Amino acid sequence: MNQDIHIPALARVEGEGALTIRLKDGAINEILLNIYEPPRFFEGFLHGRYFQDVPDITARICGICPVAYQMSSVQALEAALQVTISPEVRLLRQLLYCAEYIESHALHIYLLQAPDLVGYESAISLAVDFPDLVKQALRMKKIGNDLLKTIGGRSVHPVNTCVGGFYRWPAQDAIHALVPELEWTRQASIDTVKWAATLNYPDFEQDYEFVALNRIDEYAIYEGDILSSKGKRISPLEFEHHYLETHVERSNALHSHTVDNGTYFVGPLARLNLNYKKLRPIAREAARGIGLKLPLRNPYKGLIARAIELVHTSDLAIDLANAYQPQGPSYNEIKLRPGEGCGVSEAPRGLLYHRYVVDEQGLIRFARITPPTAQNFAQMEADLWALAPTVVNQPQEEASLSFEHLLRSYDPCISCATHFLKLNIERE
Amino acid sequence: MSKPTVAVFKFSSCDGCQLTILNLEDELLDLVGIVEIAYFLEARRHTLPGPYDIALVEGSVTTPHEVERIQEIRKQAKTLIALGTCATAGGIQALRNSANLDDLALAVYEHPEYLHALPKSTPIAEHVKVDYELWGCPVNKYQLVEVIQALLQKRRPNLPTHSICLDCKRRGIVCVIVAQGVPCLGPATRTGCGVLCPANGRGCYGCFGPAPNEDMKTVIAALNPFERYPGEVRGLLTNISNNAPAFRQAAEMLEATPTQTTGGQK
Repeated sequence: MNQDIHIPALARVEGEGALTIRLKDGAINEILLNIYEPPRFFEGFLHGRYFQDVPDITARICGICPVAYQMSSVQALEAALQVTISPEVRLLRQLLYCAEYIESHALHIYLLQAPDLVGYESAISLAVDFPDLVKQALRMKKIGNDLLKTIGGRSVHPVNTCVGGFYRWPAQDAIHALVPELEWTRQASIDTVKWAATLNYPDFEQDYEFVALNRIDEYAIYEGDILSSKGKRISPLEFEHHYLETHVERSNALHSHTVDNGTYFVGPLARLNLNYKKLRPIAREAARGIGLKLPLRNPYKGLIARAIELVHTSDLAIDLANAYQPQGPSYNEIKLRPGEGCGVSEAPRGLLYHRYVVDEQGLIRFARITPPTAQNFAQMEADLWALAPTVVNQPQEEASLSFEHLLRSYDPCISCATHFLKLNIERE
Repeated sequence: MSKPTVAVFKFSSCDGCQLTILNLEDELLDLVGIVEIAYFLEARRHTLPGPYDIALVEGSVTTPHEVERIQEIRKQAKTLIALGTCATAGGIQALRNSANLDDLALAVYEHPEYLHALPKSTPIAEHVKVDYELWGCPVNKYQLVEVIQALLQKRRPNLPTHSICLDCKRRGIVCVIVAQGVPCLGPATRTGCGVLCPANGRGCYGCFGPAPNEDMKTVIAALNPFERYPGEVRGLLTNISNNAPAFRQAAEMLEATPTQTTGGQK
């Protein structure tokens, strides 16, 4: 490359961002990741809302991962209101989350990232030469959406989630009827892992601090402690003391960093590296089948991690769907009391933290939401700098594509990352 | 003959309506066979310059840049379709319209000077002529297919505007207001979602916006006695479609004459 790169609008990402790379004397002088996605002030207008409105409203932060927003928000509010949920509700929430993983991962693997790895500008062009591959991707995505729809009423912004449980149990036969397609999806996911191993990933590794939820008894998606690859384990209550957000110029999103001012990396690579042993056996088997060696430190290989998680979540979904038997009330009654609570779950693109303060009338008095992409921004910028020296000698178009591909591999959800207000400026 | 061109543009939104296009899993490959996807950043890197036969616009206008951009898109579009409740009414983010953004930004942002946001979130039709409006949060994908098909076949799209309430009666779904005493905006909300909320045993919160010509005064008078906590009906009106004029005015009516309720638990 011999001139500046300016990508005014990043393609195949959720939301709006731009990237400018400035050269000086043949070397990279400046890298600007500009998040111009407009702010929507969600935390501002949650203030004063009745608590039961929150899962409906926070879903609207992101059309790609509304379930993640609902799951983190109901857990935070259940903690604030001291409500316990029944084991049946927890299992159905896990199944709902599996559905979102299947939909979101199939979308990202095949429609958003893979075109970069196989030399196409989009899955639309890819479908001309490899129709069966794209049809398989769409079928996987569809089963995820069908499961979301069966549990939640619709796939984008489901309506059935409430604080305390679900408004209504979905019909048992409707859930059971999805099992054959889920079994197909599990096999298609195993094939996806094999296919992912044949792709040619750029040679790029960094020494990341990975952060993900962790549990003793399961591959943590719905809830867990927060574990770092540097060994630090904290409870969700301690999150804001260890991971801080700052408001950066040129960006309508806040950027996170660790308390000692380091960058960190959330998402499928973090989950896989930290929780590999907790994967379902069939997912571990798929990983062994391709000779996977951990830790994976190449962000482009997030695609492989997503593919392995597809095996895990489709296998888990089959068990949960087969075992699904609605019994007891679908939600627990809630007694109003003032309180504060936080909730953390693993959105498909990484850790999602919510905290709320509720007053004695059930109204929200404080809201804080830290989405995964805001946590990854600083790491993405650091990666762009690390990548730059290898890219600077490439032809202009190729260089531009290299930077874009790196950003896309993070599965950034810029819409999510942009809607947040910083409510506390001073911190201890 | 070259294929008609379709362009998809994003304004302030969650991406959910654009995703609805990608969620046309059974129809997507057929669709790209009959139209040229000329501009759709969420799906493809390759873009074609305008003019476009059909422009689908997701999101509301909330920044000075978006005010300019929608004018440019209108110039390039033969037919412009506002996609979803952000584009048709300003979306959930229009809740800020009643707050003072300057105060809000100064109070809460570390560096409010970095932001470029307008005080109000407004629908596309407040800025340019809109040919068709598709309501919903998100839109119903079959309504979207119907509009595109109708445009290609040069006929009027069939987009019903009756209320959700009528759909419940037709489908035999037990009324949540009558049977459970749960306030539901179904009597005032436009059809399109497939009566999701009443079918799940909860009240409608108006994602598809107001059905035309409903008597909001009667609707809120009928719902008010069922409030389980103070302000519940107002909360339904000031939700996803809060800036749709009929809902906004009804919410203002309620504010002017607060009702007494016993307060609820749920």
